Amino acid sequence: MTPVLAVRGLAYAYPDGRQALFGANLSIQRGERVALLGPNGAGKTTLALHLNGILTPGAGSVSVSGLPVTKPNLAEIRRRVGLVFQDPDDQLFLPTVAQDVAFGPANLGLRGAELEQRVQEALLAVGLPELRDRAPHHLSFGQRRRVALATVLAMRPEILVLDEPTSNLDPASRRELAEVLESLDVTVLMVTHDLPYALQLCPRSVILSDGVIVADGPTGELLADAELLAAHRLELPYGFSVV
Amino acid sequence: MALIGFVCAVVATPSLTMWPFVVQLLVLAVVAGLARLHPGRLLRGLAIEVPFVAFAFAMPFLATGDRITVAGLSVSVAGLWGAGTLLAKSTLGVLAALILAATTQRAEFVAGMQRLRLPSVLVEILSFMVRYLDVIAEQWHRMAIARTSRGFQARNPTSWSALSGAVGTGFIRAFERGERVHLAMLARGYSGALPEAIGAARAARPVEWGWAVLLVATSLTITSLSWGLA
Ligand SMILES: Nc1ncnc2c1ncn2[C@@H]1O[C@H](COP(=O)(O)OP(=O)(O)O)[C@@H](O)[C@H]1O
Ligand SMILES: [Mg+2]
Repeated sequence: MTPVLAVRGLAYAYPDGRQALFGANLSIQRGERVALLGPNGAGKTTLALHLNGILTPGAGSVSVSGLPVTKPNLAEIRRRVGLVFQDPDDQLFLPTVAQDVAFGPANLGLRGAELEQRVQEALLAVGLPELRDRAPHHLSFGQRRRVALATVLAMRPEILVLDEPTSNLDPASRRELAEVLESLDVTVLMVTHDLPYALQLCPRSVILSDGVIVADGPTGELLADAELLAAHRLELPYGFSVV
Repeated sequence: MALIGFVCAVVATPSLTMWPFVVQLLVLAVVAGLARLHPGRLLRGLAIEVPFVAFAFAMPFLATGDRITVAGLSVSVAGLWGAGTLLAKSTLGVLAALILAATTQRAEFVAGMQRLRLPSVLVEILSFMVRYLDVIAEQWHRMAIARTSRGFQARNPTSWSALSGAVGTGFIRAFERGERVHLAMLARGYSGALPEAIGAARAARPVEWGWAVLLVATSLTITSLSWGLA
């Protein structure tokens, strides 16, 4: 079966010469929820930015449901890949929540009742339909994170890519987000160094370290391998163990 | 909407004279007075102008190359006069935007500008300014708190170099923020213009139009007078 996401030999160096990816390989099938684990600076965000063509590979390739990520395909690729940025303030830029959620589908050409339907559906999916006319910057951080998720869900992506979804969330917001993610019927790639969260939500994990994928397997097995984790600067929280 | 007229008038003001700026400042002061805005609030707002202008300018540069000509409108006169008047213009623009932000619902503001069929770049810059006013002000504020917590006091001349470093950092952060926002927009299929379909809001009432026209007319008169005398 054609994987939803196929990354082959992906290498990338930033314009200042700093190389962040050294040939990463990753394949994700429809319906999977996969965690992309790695310490700070491993290249996780850089990898995520390649998945919808914001960065162009120095070498290697990315394709989404068989469609290569290349310039002529960008519009369709960005519909298929929903990228949720780490800081919701980067994502939410319009005056009201409803307008921000409508931005993506409107770029796809939807109008009128159809557009309204998408907005409603996405806000319901994240459990925040009552916030539609509020200003994003007046919401709590946890609410902003979920609205940011809604702005991407409104495009009905084939794969959802979340960059550090739990950063800066308090425990309650963290749990609420997990409930939302669990309720979604969509393929997910979750970039994180929050290992318990990966264990809770993603049956499969891959570890990115120094720009290459160094491990790929069931999350429980990877997290039980203390040597593997230590070799790649990953640590379980104090008192936490995987059995 | 009056803001656009005002900003256009300000931008169109000849660059070799100073007095029109003073008069336009007075016009704004009157408007602020009428709207019962606290002067202190406006002054504090002005303090964030530096990273703010950087942020606004980041957008068109990042969008596409040929848009740079739009910014060229306000930086066409070389030398000191150019720099001086640019500063005066942006200060007036920010002041006008602050007054507007304090008196208008932001959603209506963006929709209003779009209905006037203004160049989308201008609409976007202005609406971003309004949206990120809070974010940048807060960032600026946090940096100030962090400085103070480490015993910094802006009292003697030796502190100025630290302050100018801070201004530089604020500038860079605002620019990077602009860059990330732009990336996030691209990720959702942005192709150079905000879709009009998302900006639904109420139309201005006739009285409001009256005020808007009056403000624009006043600033345009000042501008044309200054062209006549220049
Ligand atoms: N815009 C950039 N310019 C230059 N180097 C960068 C840039 N963004 C990230 N890097 C570098 O690339 C490497 C990977 O960064 P990143 O993908 O952000 O890591 P992660 O998200 O895993 O923390 C880091 O060494 C980082 O310093
Ligand atoms: Mg990152």
